[in-house]
Amino acid sequence: MSILATHNLAIGYSKKGITDTVQTALNLQLKAGELVCLIGPNGSGKSTLLRTLTGLQKPLSGNTSIDGKEISKLKQREKALLIALVLTERVDIENATVYNLVSLGRHPHSNWWGDITKNEGVIIREAIEMVHLEHKMHHNINELSDGERQRAMIAKALAQDTPIIMLDEPTAHLDLPNRVEIMLLLHRLAHKTDKAILLSTHELDLALQAADRIWLMSKEGVECGVPEDLVFDGSFNRAFESKSYFFNASNGNFSMNYPMTRKVWISGDKTRMYWTLRALARAGYVVVQDADVHISVTENGWEIDNDLIPTIEQLLEKLSTITESTF
Amino acid sequence: MKSRNFILFISLSLLALGLFLADLAWGSIHISLREIISVFFGKGTDGINSEILLNFRLPKAITAVLAGASLSVAGLMMQTLFRNSLADPYILGVSSGASLGVALVMMAASILPVAFVSSGWALIVAAIIGASVVLALVVGVSFRVHNAVSLLIVGLMFGTIAGSIVSVLQNFSNPDAIKLFVMWTFGSLSAVTWTYMQVLLPVALLGLGMAFFLQKRLDGLLLGENYARGLGVSIVRTRFLIVIATGLLAGGITAFTGPIAFVGVAIPHIARGLFRTSSHKVLMPATVLCGASLILFCDIISQIPTYTLPINTISALFGAPIIIWIILKKR
Repeated sequence: MSILATHNLAIGYSKKGITDTVQTALNLQLKAGELVCLIGPNGSGKSTLLRTLTGLQKPLSGNTSIDGKEISKLKQREKALLIALVLTERVDIENATVYNLVSLGRHPHSNWWGDITKNEGVIIREAIEMVHLEHKMHHNINELSDGERQRAMIAKALAQDTPIIMLDEPTAHLDLPNRVEIMLLLHRLAHKTDKAILLSTHELDLALQAADRIWLMSKEGVECGVPEDLVFDGSFNRAFESKSYFFNASNGNFSMNYPMTRKVWISGDKTRMYWTLRALARAGYVVVQDADVHISVTENGWEIDNDLIPTIEQLLEKLSTITESTF
Repeated sequence: MKSRNFILFISLSLLALGLFLADLAWGSIHISLREIISVFFGKGTDGINSEILLNFRLPKAITAVLAGASLSVAGLMMQTLFRNSLADPYILGVSSGASLGVALVMMAASILPVAFVSSGWALIVAAIIGASVVLALVVGVSFRVHNAVSLLIVGLMFGTIAGSIVSVLQNFSNPDAIKLFVMWTFGSLSAVTWTYMQVLLPVALLGLGMAFFLQKRLDGLLLGENYARGLGVSIVRTRFLIVIATGLLAGGITAFTGPIAFVGVAIPHIARGLFRTSSHKVLMPATVLCGASLILFCDIISQIPTYTLPINTISALFGAPIIIWIILKKR
């Protein structure tokens, strides 16, 4: 059952009669309990789509509905009860603790005076616990690390208690452990709280692992699907088409297109094979069945003509001497 | 934390009350506390002292409270609106607008009917109109300029334009008019008589009421405009209301007392430092009490020399170092 759906949505900018269309005919659906990652090359319109879906920007045509209600017809406060946001802009509030920050998420629920009732306090505490920041609850937000700060912003969105959370590049500016942790956290939250979570990201490998569904944006449009399906049908390669790299379906990463002219044949153990192939590709070797040079990967190293080579460095040296003489 | 706030509020209230009474007692003629009490309870009214107390010092002390509270709350709102710790009502050009209105009346007085000018009402009306016109312009711009910093610069520019027109006017005016105007720019709390109070009090109370009504939205604005929108705060309407409330508070006070600088910037910082919070629910009453206390204190200080010092000079003496401290702390 989809909670958010777009109907023939066209997004872009319209200023003084000049229309800059970014995407047209978008029919997207967001389901409860799913983590959806919005990925695509720069300029494909990820931010524009997020801004349009959250109602910060008007669509060029078409509409977005949440729970069957058209978003453009909702009041600001009604929208705030449906979508919570985590944006890229940095929040700096003098004297505010994590608890203060997260309690701002209760804004759309409280009366004009903004009283925090006992029940509200429980919701705020739960939100902080869900992002594992309870030990920093009464710390000033200026004392937090970037990762903790992002978790605090996610807690604020959780406290808002909406069926949908949208995050604009939540892993930007974070180091790898924090990026992984935020992704895992969002994945867990989507499943545990049955919220629909949509985020835009540049972290392709993380998105492929954590997302239940991917919205893959390119200049041609948006393809939606389970990550693996998009890998198999070549969508990734089409979206990120380039001469200098290609989407490597075997490991879910981008691989560089090296000029590969020299031919070798290789066989043996799988893990060692993977890394050997990487080194060979970088050095410009293409693997061809029954090539003149045969490398066999063993437990102790690499063998060429029964000659044991202990390291890849030496292997590459050896190869360059052999192949040079062959050419 | 709750009890700490409670103790602070009690202490600040007592401080403000104490300063209020001291402000009544102090002056070129000393009036004892016992006399003050007896005058207020209608017992043993000595002709001259009760006259001084009821018709001069009491409206002056009330004006001090209103001015301190209004300018500080206006400063707090502007700082949140612009997310700029150095923003205050003066940056929006409100005081310059009021000055322009006052200057026009004082220096063009020869054209206007004598009765209108001498009653003093002309100054007040002109200052309010001047402040409101500049504010209306900034409000108009705020609908087109969505960047808060740009709006701040536009406010500065409006203030500069108003200031330039005042300079041009001064060039063409007679020395008496210029002296009168310069005296007004020094600021004076004693200009407010009971008649003027009938206008000042409702204006200031309306502005303060609006500010308290807006406190929850102001909290939301702390996150920035996009986050505030995401929390359901209607940005355009909130901005408009904040500017109106600020106009009433800062424009109204400036019209009656002349520009009192630095209070709007300094007091919100003192309140934040004391209460260690960002919540406007706490900061609003805190700035009211701190602002009232500061202006009362400044007024008492200004009475110490035999010749009364301009209030603006004293407030600058306290306010300017605080601004330097804020900048140093930010680094």
